[in-house]
Amino acid sequence: MEIKVLGTGCPKCKTLYQNTLNALAELDLAANIEKVEDIVEIMKYGIMTTPALVVDGKVVIKGAVPSVTELKSFFTLKK
Amino acid sequence: MNAPVFKSRNFRLAFLLLPVWLVLYVNLQRVANFLVDTALGMQAGTHLTEAVRFFIFEFPKVLMLLVLIIFVVGIIRSYFSPEKTRKLLAGKSLFTGNIMAAMLGIVTPFCSCSAIPLFLGFVEAGVPLGVTFSFLIASPMINEVAVVLLFGMFGWQVAAIYIVSGLFIAILAGWVIGKLKLEKWLQDWVLKIHSEADSEAETCLSFSDRISLGFTAVKEIVGKVWIYVALGIAVGAGAHGYVPADFMASLMGKSAWYSVPLSVLIGIPMYSNAAGIVPIVAVLLEKGAALGTSLAFMMAVIALSLPEMIILKKVLKMPLLLTFVGVVGVGIMLVGYLFNWIF
Repeated sequence: MEIKVLGTGCPKCKTLYQNTLNALAELDLAANIEKVEDIVEIMKYGIMTTPALVVDGKVVIKGAVPSVTELKSFFTLKK
Repeated sequence: MNAPVFKSRNFRLAFLLLPVWLVLYVNLQRVANFLVDTALGMQAGTHLTEAVRFFIFEFPKVLMLLVLIIFVVGIIRSYFSPEKTRKLLAGKSLFTGNIMAAMLGIVTPFCSCSAIPLFLGFVEAGVPLGVTFSFLIASPMINEVAVVLLFGMFGWQVAAIYIVSGLFIAILAGWVIGKLKLEKWLQDWVLKIHSEADSEAETCLSFSDRISLGFTAVKEIVGKVWIYVALGIAVGAGAHGYVPADFMASLMGKSAWYSVPLSVLIGIPMYSNAAGIVPIVAVLLEKGAALGTSLAFMMAVIALSLPEMIILKKVLKMPLLLTFVGVVGVGIMLVGYLFNWIF
């Protein structure tokens, strides 16, 4: 899985990144996770609210910070 | 598979809590009096007792108003995504667009950390620059927390004045910026941005999902601002009768003509959320500062700030950034003078 966390560095973006790491760790899932902070890169995904989560090139979450539990159930579906 | 259970629970919770809220709210003064006079056994009429009574009544009152309004606004906001707002505003003519943008600024969810993507998203979709600015000004300034606090602490007139003058500033400043045709002062890369695909289809939410969004908003926002509310009301309670009432009058009273521009100049670089500033305004008003001056100070603090300017610098060149700050600052001063003159 290719995972990207988009956000310009606000507290919410950091929380999303951390929650994603935790969720993946708890599920013992292997994934490439990358933090994208460059605004020009972020705009390419056509989002207007940060933070956002991109999985395999698709925006799945924008403008929200799901909890670790919510992320876990989401990643379990993806598996 | 347990989604339906969760959904009906949402409904039940909302409809159960509403009457509880109402009963509690109506009886709040009685509960506060009982706590102060009987439970704590304090002697009525002394400074300390009245200060405690003020706090025990005002704090839950404002907090309860916040919970209810944020819940309702949370539900309303779930109908207005930034994407939808952008679609509504794209290609709108200047004046009409400014009015719509300012109105939509109230109901569209906005967080200062999203200001840049939002700005770029608007410009890219062909929303005129002036219209985009109307949105960017109204959105943080007219926010539900500020309005509820003003309503709870100073009554509906002040809250209404704040909303109307906030809209006025957003519309006017956006319109002026649009008229000045400053597109050339956007950073060069801004106009080159092209996102792939006009983002995916709108997610469809059930009403119960929206209720749960309302609950989330309450948890998130009230969890963050309650401490400022408590502080502000405590300061207000403490100041009740202790500090001489005309302490601020000579500095920020009506007779001091320079008070409005001075408050705005002091307020512009400062940064605070709406919850943090309202208590300060409460103290200023209590101590004889004029209404227009105090509101102008509050608006300058909320609408413009140094951190925000640093963020905006990424997309705006200096002349446009300064025009933005200048136009909004002048608008706020006008409002300040207007209300000092009326009241």
